[in-house]
Amino acid sequence: MKVITANFVTCAVKECKTTATSFPLHFHDAELELQEVDFQPEFIRNVIPRIDWEGLRTTANELGFPSLPETKPEGDALTNEQTLKDLHRLLLETQVMEGKLVCGTCGHAYAIKEGIANFLLPSHLV
Amino acid sequence: MLPTPDTSHVSFDTIYEPSEDSYLFLDTLASASESQWLSDRFQTGTSPDLASSAVPLVVEAGTGSGVVLGFVAAQSQKIFGRQDILTLGTDVNRNACMATRETVSRAISAEQQSSEATALKTIHISSLTGDLCSPLRPGSVDVLLFNPPYVPTDELPRLPTASENDPTSLKGMSSSARFDQDSYFLSLTYAGGADGMETTNRLLDAIPGILSDRGVAYVLLCKQNQPEAVKEQIRGWGGWDAETVGSSGMQAGWEKLVIVRIWRSQKP
Repeated sequence: MKVITANFVTCAVKECKTTATSFPLHFHDAELELQEVDFQPEFIRNVIPRIDWEGLRTTANELGFPSLPETKPEGDALTNEQTLKDLHRLLLETQVMEGKLVCGTCGHAYAIKEGIANFLLPSHLV
Repeated sequence: MLPTPDTSHVSFDTIYEPSEDSYLFLDTLASASESQWLSDRFQTGTSPDLASSAVPLVVEAGTGSGVVLGFVAAQSQKIFGRQDILTLGTDVNRNACMATRETVSRAISAEQQSSEATALKTIHISSLTGDLCSPLRPGSVDVLLFNPPYVPTDELPRLPTASENDPTSLKGMSSSARFDQDSYFLSLTYAGGADGMETTNRLLDAIPGILSDRGVAYVLLCKQNQPEAVKEQIRGWGGWDAETVGSSGMQAGWEKLVIVRIWRSQKP
């Protein structure tokens, strides 16, 4: 799964969804793999409005990426090629192959194996 | 005729093999009227505000082989009027997730090789093992696709657990146990319980929460699902509309399979 996925997912437990701490889920023991994707400035520029910036900053930190700017790039910052390249690498080229995604509310850990995260719940959580 | 994604790598022991319903999905989304409607909604540059240029997130619940999501990913220019969409698939069967990931990336690269003039930028961000939209953040989905288990059955098969999808759990399994497990996973692809609607009703219930403000869902129904009643029910939500936008051949005066488009008719 590409890192951008973490910006669109949350805990599968219904009661957690309305709690602020269920997003973003937290990466633990993540093993990363880089998969090259053609750099397309206008694509990444159109991805940025979709991003929850605070959530992405948390994710980037947990994966050991250099700190992202405090606020989401806008206006002139969107023409800065280096900013766009950094985001392209983090969001679209970096794949999480193994590890866990952990909910900050209930603590449930969703396992990631061979790049596929498993959001099915054990019967006591359904 | 747009190419159908290659699924030759998929083993259909536990995964639904692309059939009439899958192809109705492809034909409906690529039809002139539907692609026009979607392009009007999602095309870039139609409005100066940033929100409209934002890349749409297209999600398929229950991807199976991934033939529908692969088609949409590869044909995003034709369907949505733009070369950049993000696709994500969910399925309760881990094998289906693996298959989908491969199908979608093959479909995207086949399209990229065939058309030199247009640069397709669409990216498949992940296939997740999960129940319908349960892993997704509320309000995040722009386009939701669902070809459900729609066959009426006496019983609805239970959902698999996380451990049943653990690749290591298959080791040491006897061949008869393996056969039972394969049959169980296959039953999940078609068995819909009462009126064939038990799983579809759970998805419909999730739609107002999971779709973005510009969100739209496409759901396939068979005639036993009573599409007219389903559409009436959706219109009763308030602020939502539903319309039949695709159908397969008539049988005794009835359309056997239909695809219903569900969307917000008013801004929330």
